[in-house]
Amino acid sequence: MKKFAVVAALATAFMGSTAVKAVDLEVTHWWTSAGEAAAVAEFARVFEEQTGNHWVDSALSGSGTGANPVIISRIIGGDPMGATQMNTGRDAEELIQAGLMRDLTDIANEMKIEDFYVDKSLLEPCTYEGKIYCFPVNIHSWDWLWLSTKAYEKIGEPVPKDWNEYVASWPKLKEAGILPFGLATGWPISGVPGVLMSGLGGSDLVLAINRDKSGDAVRGPEFRKVAEAMDALRKEISPDMMVPSFGDVGNQILAGEAAGNIHGDWLQGDLQVAGGVPGKDYECLPALGLGDQLTGGGDAFYFPVLPEGTDPAVIQAQTDLAKLLISPEAQLAFNLKKGSMPIRLDVDLSKANACMQKAIKLLGNGLLPSGDFALSSDTQQQLQDLNIEFLDDDSITVDDYVARYAEIIEQAD
Amino acid sequence: MADTAVQTAERTRAPGASRVLYNTFIRNLSAKIAAAPMVLTVLVVFIGCTIWTVYYSFTASRLLPNNKLVGFDQYERLFATARWNVSVTNLIIYGSLSLVFTLTIGFVLAVLMDQKIRFESAFRTIMLYPFALSFIVTGLVWQWIMNPTLGLQGTLRNMGWSSFTFDWLNNPKMVLYAILIAGLWQGVGFTMVLLLAGLRSVDEEIWKAARIDGIPTWRTYISIVLPMMRGVLVTSVVLIGSGIVRLYDLVVALTDGGPGISSEVPAKYVYQYMFSGGNLGQALAASTMMLVTVLIIVIPWAYLEFGGKGRRS
Repeated sequence: MKKFAVVAALATAFMGSTAVKAVDLEVTHWWTSAGEAAAVAEFARVFEEQTGNHWVDSALSGSGTGANPVIISRIIGGDPMGATQMNTGRDAEELIQAGLMRDLTDIANEMKIEDFYVDKSLLEPCTYEGKIYCFPVNIHSWDWLWLSTKAYEKIGEPVPKDWNEYVASWPKLKEAGILPFGLATGWPISGVPGVLMSGLGGSDLVLAINRDKSGDAVRGPEFRKVAEAMDALRKEISPDMMVPSFGDVGNQILAGEAAGNIHGDWLQGDLQVAGGVPGKDYECLPALGLGDQLTGGGDAFYFPVLPEGTDPAVIQAQTDLAKLLISPEAQLAFNLKKGSMPIRLDVDLSKANACMQKAIKLLGNGLLPSGDFALSSDTQQQLQDLNIEFLDDDSITVDDYVARYAEIIEQAD
Repeated sequence: MADTAVQTAERTRAPGASRVLYNTFIRNLSAKIAAAPMVLTVLVVFIGCTIWTVYYSFTASRLLPNNKLVGFDQYERLFATARWNVSVTNLIIYGSLSLVFTLTIGFVLAVLMDQKIRFESAFRTIMLYPFALSFIVTGLVWQWIMNPTLGLQGTLRNMGWSSFTFDWLNNPKMVLYAILIAGLWQGVGFTMVLLLAGLRSVDEEIWKAARIDGIPTWRTYISIVLPMMRGVLVTSVVLIGSGIVRLYDLVVALTDGGPGISSEVPAKYVYQYMFSGGNLGQALAASTMMLVTVLIIVIPWAYLEFGGKGRRS
């Protein structure tokens, strides 16, 4: 493994030295929050240092709902960028079917990527008819409960060790004028049921719902716990407490204004940029401190097929970038800043912080498919609509929620 | 006998056919060439794309269009979706209120402007100014004003009026009216200017005649001047109406459909299912429904307006 890493590093270094001339390569992504921007800058730095090419950064705001449409319509509309980030999932499936994405199988074989990807299932969404069309660059998991040490200092209680202790601490938090659960408006609520599912319902429930799309599993007693937890959450959340973006929730946690939040590991990037230290300013509980497996998906890089007549040097730059993104050096630099887990564990992770170490341990138990990994974006959009509606409208009962959730899962394709 | 009959028939037909051809293609050639791009645009862009939209709303298209026909499945799903139904209700409420208030306030302001006041052009500029701002800017401005902690409510509470409440943006029942306020603020000025131009086009003699007959001013406005302004009114209604149907950016900037889904609108549904949901069929079914709504309103009106032979106002 280590040997291979050295070879890969040498290979990329070699490619860099033979680059005849520097070209511009436009890279689109939606990593715009402070922590994310710092992470993607690491990719740009490594790319520019090693190949001498120029990384043209096109950051798009609005993440999956704002940026993804722009990226897709540019590719469909015949104005492809050199490379683009997208969620590992089914977003790009049709683009691949339409032949708009570059086949990376040769690069994959050359680098023997199967040897170092920590979980083979990560490559599944990138694989279409036996060929590989994208490289996941990190593993993201929603399964984190973030807790504010400051908030618990204020009420003079130890920071909870799992979800149940956390729920039990809500009344005391409210007395002290602290928000039990901080939340940003819009999509952040959509990830919460999935986290509750793996934490409270267990791995089997996640597999039954996300992988097997079983409506019966949704109607079962295990999912009911999830729906009831959602119901308990919405009682603590009112619209005027909600902040505009998830980064603001991070600030609330650091300041002790909000005691906790369920959000993906990318929140940690922001917590770190704001000067937070895990264990001191905030605590992290993977899988709500209850489960032993994480659900995960990830961000992947795709390389659109460039129009005919493109400078071969640009296509070469695409190849170089593809190799670099999953090289040990870039993986380490990127993921340390981003707060996500690297796709290969043959890198020196001693610099990783306490939270990431916990995640790496759980990664050994295998990765569960998260919703944004296993469900189509259409289904995700429907679930998001349902969650946003449920959160705000108390006339929707837990039963309604379960019934509608089951219906969407049954219709999912 | 038969031969000659055919020959005569051909003889008479031939010049007729060529005249039709001549009339269609040669006569007034320069005008036809000039109109060709416009005709082509209408056929391809407007009618062509409309047919395309309607056709694909009956397919199971996802991110990219495909030809798998599924009948009315997309429509069944559409009307079973809570979010869509909320969107439609919202648009109806917003639409009717916006139409009524824009016209009424616009007209009242125009009449006030019409009183030969001083600094009229200054007032006109001030009133028209919001129209120069995009809906996104309007939305952000009002988002700040109506933000409970930072805006009007916070300011008045800090000044000592601690019971003052104006939290429409966070109140699912009132949020639509918050959008309406922002929409009116942006749109009323333009309607006012249009109607003012209409008022100015009414002949001074009419006013003199009304004054001689002793008709009160308000009565003259409502019973004489208003009916004479029909053309301008129709223009205003069309402009306001198109603004209502495409209502999207204001909602995105001001509330993003929230709290919950209480301020969702159809255009936003279409956009989100087309792009972030990657479900073209569903989005096109929704946009076809928007088209149908417009047609239900436009067709009876067009029939009344152009249907009667030569009846013009």
